[in-house]
Amino acid sequence: MRLCTLRVFVAQTIILKQPLTLFLFMQQSKRFKLVFAAWWLLWCILHVYVLYGYYTVLPVVIVDGVVTNVLTAGACLLIYNNMRYYLPRHEKYWYILIISAVLSAICTGVATVVLHWFFQQNESYTALLHASWLIRYCVVFLLIGCMSMLSLLWYALQEQNEIQYRKTAAEQMLKDAELYKLRHQLQPHFLFNSLNSISALTVIDAEKARAMIQQLSDFLRGTLRRDEVQFVTLREELQHLQLYLDIEKVRFGHRLSVKVDYTNEAAEEKLPALLLQPAVENAIKFGLYNTLDETAIAITAGTKDNALIVSISNPYDEEDIEAASGTGFGLASIRRRLYLLFGRYDLLETIKADHTFTVQLIIPQSNL
Amino acid sequence: MKFIMKVVIIDDEPLARSIVKEYLKGHPAFEITAECNNGFEGIKAIQQYHPGLIFLDIQMPKINGFEMLELLDEPPAVIFTTAFDEYAIKAFEAHAIDYLLKPFSKERFDKAVQKFLSQHDVTAKQQPDKALLETAAGSPGQSNRVVVKDGNKIKIIPVTQIQYFEAADDYVKIFIAEGSFLKNKTMASFEKLLPAQQFVRIHRSYIVNVQLISRIDAYEKESHIIQLTTGAKLPVSKSGYSKLREVLGI
Repeated sequence: MRLCTLRVFVAQTIILKQPLTLFLFMQQSKRFKLVFAAWWLLWCILHVYVLYGYYTVLPVVIVDGVVTNVLTAGACLLIYNNMRYYLPRHEKYWYILIISAVLSAICTGVATVVLHWFFQQNESYTALLHASWLIRYCVVFLLIGCMSMLSLLWYALQEQNEIQYRKTAAEQMLKDAELYKLRHQLQPHFLFNSLNSISALTVIDAEKARAMIQQLSDFLRGTLRRDEVQFVTLREELQHLQLYLDIEKVRFGHRLSVKVDYTNEAAEEKLPALLLQPAVENAIKFGLYNTLDETAIAITAGTKDNALIVSISNPYDEEDIEAASGTGFGLASIRRRLYLLFGRYDLLETIKADHTFTVQLIIPQSNL
Repeated sequence: MKFIMKVVIIDDEPLARSIVKEYLKGHPAFEITAECNNGFEGIKAIQQYHPGLIFLDIQMPKINGFEMLELLDEPPAVIFTTAFDEYAIKAFEAHAIDYLLKPFSKERFDKAVQKFLSQHDVTAKQQPDKALLETAAGSPGQSNRVVVKDGNKIKIIPVTQIQYFEAADDYVKIFIAEGSFLKNKTMASFEKLLPAQQFVRIHRSYIVNVQLISRIDAYEKESHIIQLTTGAKLPVSKSGYSKLREVLGI
């Protein structure tokens, strides 16, 4: 084990000292370069060690080892690089075998010719060289074959990873888009009716009309700004909500009253931006359109078990079917949003009791 | 002779009513006899004053503008005032006197009033088209209920509570547990409006809630009789039987 680390270290120093090698490996990752170099260094030493047992002239054996292994390493790199662009599919795996066999033959052949030419005078060595061609071929074939298989596996895995990555990225985008949409449900009814109220106020009370334009602008601006942030404190959310409530009070002042009640602790807790507004909008609509009398909306917030709990209640008529059937689009979208953010469906509850319809939102604080 | 036209404004927002009031000041021939907060008040005022023209909002408490019109025996001429309702706009574009999209300008308002006056000269009374009301009242979100008059009271019936419909001349009789109510509408319009998986037109004169069927018996050739859990027996025609089989999956 220590030897291995040492080899890696040696390989590292060699690579760092050889600009040419560095250049060759530039395309690959640093880690790959290290492992590859170390591997061939190790193989070279093994080659020399084994050959030294048959032929005891060290310089000759070293040259043999270097030439053979550099060629084989080159062939391996070739295969590795080629596979980056062409990956054989299931039915063509035998390609690898053929390519490995041919490349091995070329490698062994070239090595033999080069070494023969290099040590022409050394007859005992050339004899050994020619006698050992089969074993050389087999070893080179084994190495190149292994490299091919590894490359194949490596690239197949990468391809798979990339597909997976793209898939998750697409899913994330979809989720973001959906969340954006859910946050961004500004009701056109609200906008146009508010503008109509302003139009009426210009005749009756110009000062009030101006104030309402201000409120509406602040509200719209706040809605736009909040698209960028995911979570805000309850205090901020309530401030934004107040703008909305003020506008609604101008429209329905005669029959709408809203009571907001929260603890100081709850005010600093976080919740998804623009979550409360659709819930309150729902309550107001529900209250105003399903009863004829005064509509009293109550918003209360507190903390419990490391979670922020916000309740929004409105009066409702028990005979009314829309109330009995439960939730409008507003609540469905809030539930969906909470699910996308927290992965839970039980964060929105509706309670019907005593002519009061209450929506309870639970916002877990642990992961925020 | 001075011509005076009685007007009723029905809108749940006081400011929205005030703008109509303001714009009407420029038309001395019109007199506002009542302002109403909702459809119930609207019906009362219309029955009391018989206005020639009403300005009507669509989204209102309890019953919407279309449902209110349905409940009137002789609906007056209508100019709708609404903020945003694609479906409704399409539906009444051709039929109501006019529709005003909030917020609307004085010029646009005057144009609507002129339109009313020109049509008023031709026919004594321009009534909203019934077919229009039927499609419009069945706009999404409203098709799960039927609004009927019960004496002087107005009743909103969830369709799930309806047992069956029976044709009765120009009317349709709606049967629920508490009794039956008449509604001035056609069988065909109900057939279109109701959820097809729950209500089946089993006969020229009957639409039934399939959830209440307790048994089906053969009766003469090619016709059947069904019995409801309430004990009522209804005839089933040949084509009605095949529709019923399709829905029930038998």
